This record gives sequence, C-alpha cells and structure tokens, in this order.
Amino acid sequence: MIENPKVAIVDFGLGNLFSIKLACEASGLTPKITSDPYETTGADALILPGVGAFGDAMESLERLGLISAIMEFAASGKPLLGICLGMQLLMSESEEFGSHKGLGIISGPVVRFRDIGNKKIKVPQVGWNRIFKTDSGGWDSSSLKGIGDGTYMYFVHSYYAVPSLSEAVLCETDYEGHRYCSGISWRNISAFQFHPEKSSKMGVMIYRNWAETVINNKRSMV
Amino acid sequence: MSKTVRIIPRLDIKGPNLVKGIHLEGLRVLGRPESFARHYYESGADELMYMDVVASLYERNSLKEIISRTAREAFIPLSVGGGIRTLEDIKEVLRAGADKVSLNTGAIRNPIFIKEASRKFGSSTIVVSIEAIRQPDGSYLAYTDNGREYCGIEVLGWAKKVEELGAGEIVLTSIDKEGTGTGFDIGLTRMVSEAVSIPVIACGGAGKPDDIARVILEGKADAVAVASVLHYDFIKNGGAAESAQEEGNTEFLKSNKSFSKIKSAGLREIKGLLRSNELECRV
Repeated sequence: MIENPKVAIVDFGLGNLFSIKLACEASGLTPKITSDPYETTGADALILPGVGAFGDAMESLERLGLISAIMEFAASGKPLLGICLGMQLLMSESEEFGSHKGLGIISGPVVRFRDIGNKKIKVPQVGWNRIFKTDSGGWDSSSLKGIGDGTYMYFVHSYYAVPSLSEAVLCETDYEGHRYCSGISWRNISAFQFHPEKSSKMGVMIYRNWAETVINNKRSMV
Repeated sequence: MSKTVRIIPRLDIKGPNLVKGIHLEGLRVLGRPESFARHYYESGADELMYMDVVASLYERNSLKEIISRTAREAFIPLSVGGGIRTLEDIKEVLRAGADKVSLNTGAIRNPIFIKEASRKFGSSTIVVSIEAIRQPDGSYLAYTDNGREYCGIEVLGWAKKVEELGAGEIVLTSIDKEGTGTGFDIGLTRMVSEAVSIPVIACGGAGKPDDIARVILEGKADAVAVASVLHYDFIKNGGAAESAQEEGNTEFLKSNKSFSKIKSAGLREIKGLLRSNELECRV
C-alpha cells in the first residue's frame, strides 16, 4: 500500500490556495502549501498556482529561492501542474508591464489580449468559456480524459501563453476573436489557463485525472 | 461568438442565516445559507455571492465559517462582501476560502483602497459594489451602507474611476429596484456597462426569469445576480426544510407564503430561457 502522494502547492504570495488544497484533498492527494524549496523538490508532485502580476511573481520566486527548486523538480520527471499565472510562469517570457523572463520550462511567450480592429474587448476575461480539442491529439492520455470537447471552464486572465511547439498545446479556447492555448501537456508538465478548482464538477475531474497520474508515477518510482 | 453570461445566486447573510429584504431593509429569514449554496452549485450556478448585510465585526466569525463550509463543497468562484474596509479584512476572507471580495463603503471613503487592494491581491480579486439610487432629475448617485448613506457621488464617473483604480468587476445594484421584483433598472445597467470595459454584474430587481434575459439583452450586463427568484423556488420545492437558526424575523418562513410579486424559477429554467434567446451560458 502506497501512502497518499504528497503534493506541494507552491506559495509565493497571494491567491486562493485554499480551494486548490480542497480540490487536491477531494482527489485523494495530500496537499501541503509551502514556500520551502526543499519541501518543493522533495514532494511527489508539484502545483504552481498564482494570480497577479507576472513580474512580481518571478521576483517572489527568486527571493524565496524557488526558481531553481521548480526547475529541478520539472527536470525530475515528476508531475508538475501549472494553473493560471502558474501556467504563464512556465513560459520563456511575458510582455506584462514591460518584458519579463519566465521559467522557460515551456518555450514560447506570454502575450496580452488585444483589440481586434475597432472592436474593444473586455479584458480581463472573467467567466466561463469552452475548451476545445486541437488537431494534434486527443485528451485520453491527459488530465482531460473523459471531459467532453467544448466543456465550460472558469477563466480569469488578461494574458495567455503561446507555446512554440504545437504538440504541447492540449486544448484551445476562443475569446472575442482570439483562438489561444488554454492548456498544455508536455512530458511531465500539465498546465491550464483556467481554474479547474473553480470549474465545478468537470474541473474537479481534471484534478482526479491528474491525481491518478501522480499516483501511477509514484508507484513506478518505488 | 458572444460572451458567456453568468448567473450568480446572491445570498444575503445575517449572523448564521440567509435573509432577504426589500430595498435592502426589512429582512426576512429564509434558512441556512449552506443548504441554498449547495443546491445552487448542484443545479449549475456559475458563481456564488455572499453579502454580509449587517457587517458587524462581532459576527465576522460566523460569516467566515459559512464561507469555509461552502468552499469545501462548491468548486465555483465565491465572492464575499459587506464591511470589508482593510487589506487585512480582505486577507481574512480570502483565507477562509473566498475568491473575490466586493468593496463599497471602504472604497468610497478611501478610493485609493481599491488601488492598494488590486495591486496586492490582483484586479480579478477586487470587485467594487456600487449601490445606485435614481435622483428626481434622472441622474444616479452612489450610496453606502445598503443605500442608507448619501455621499453625493455620481455613479457613472465613479464606475469609470473604480476601473481606473484597478477594480476587476463592478456589482451594480439598483437600490430602487432591489427586492421589489419589478425588474432591473435597464437604463442604469446599460449606461455603466457601455462606459467601462470591466464586467458589470447587474443586481437588484429580478422578479421573473424574463427580467434576467432583458438586463443582459438590453442592459448589456455581463452577469446577473439573482436572489428572491432562486430562493423562493428552492423554498417552494421544500429545499429549505432544515429550520433556520432562531434569530431574527422567521415569521415569513413559518407562514409558508411566497412573495406575491416574485415568479420563482430554478437555475436550469433561467438558463433555458437565456439559451432560447440565443444567449450563451454554461449548461
């Protein structure tokens, strides 16, 4: 019997980590909110959450000594989940308030929603929107297993990631004429621009799927 | 493709109870807020809005317990308002499990508070609640303390200012319409929604599902907060069977009457109507 896998929820400032913790618990994981680099690298799985500004977040990670810890964790092959700003932080760079370097675990920039022609669009996008399959592959071997094409998820953001590798794009979303990447699956990395922990039952299902990956990964490492 | 509109059950809290008033006064006790919240989550609410109508410091713990219990079982966004005046207040309700806070009195008295709060917690966490009262000359002024305190601030200018200061959303309540069941103030909603680029949540006045469709179609609301229409539907279907805590005016609940002006409906019925009007919403 393997004990419940330990998940480190990286705490580098503010945001509702409580609901991420509850979603982990509802999925059979043992979460711990931490800003300790050692606890981060030692966990069975890692969640990089985040709301707020990209530059501030990178600064906090740096100050807490978490950048190398997250890089090391990503290279270990253990499951890493990025949520919202946490997904954006995985990218190479962001144009939010000037240009900032990201973790560079996934190659590609983070850009802002722009007005298309004369149409003024509401930014941030706040609310429910749909996720769609891409040409490059299905969802069966990902955290989106069992989720229907076009399912609604809860989004709050002004910026989005543009992965250089199209194979890394797991799902896409349309917002006011922009078709953008709303989910990434690449090796041991999963990331979502929306908040699965705020996306009702289908969102909790994503946590359950990811928890299964975490449990299987821990078994294979024993 | 049009944007997805949100239907947000609004739960007014007093002590341990869910209450509902007319013009935000004359409170009636309806039941345990958690039972209502659970039911709305199960039937497809897009978000939940808790409003502490008394907002007294000594009842703060009871509100925090309600938030935590709700967050444990409802995995949708939860906003909390009422009596939030300091960054520390915000931190406390977020830590209890809220995703957003709505500010009113604290923001009007000290507009810089919006800036500080949105910088610290992110714009998407900060909602500014604007309580509007129509003046005899047709203009609208913003009030505080559930429409009781006059502050002489004009609504449209204030809405633009809160956006500029970093608010992520506006909850726009028509105090004239609140609790009356006579429909939303369409003109007010449209005026504000067209002037700002942040989402506007229309609040106050829903008496039937059709009112909700109209404030989206004609008032350009991005989201709609609904109280009585949903609460009375839940009560009518026996959902509030667990008795409310004996505090406050429970006569209404015991009398087993419903408020005559309200045509109650559930979330599924409301969303069905929105879809038949070609409005996109989550099913």
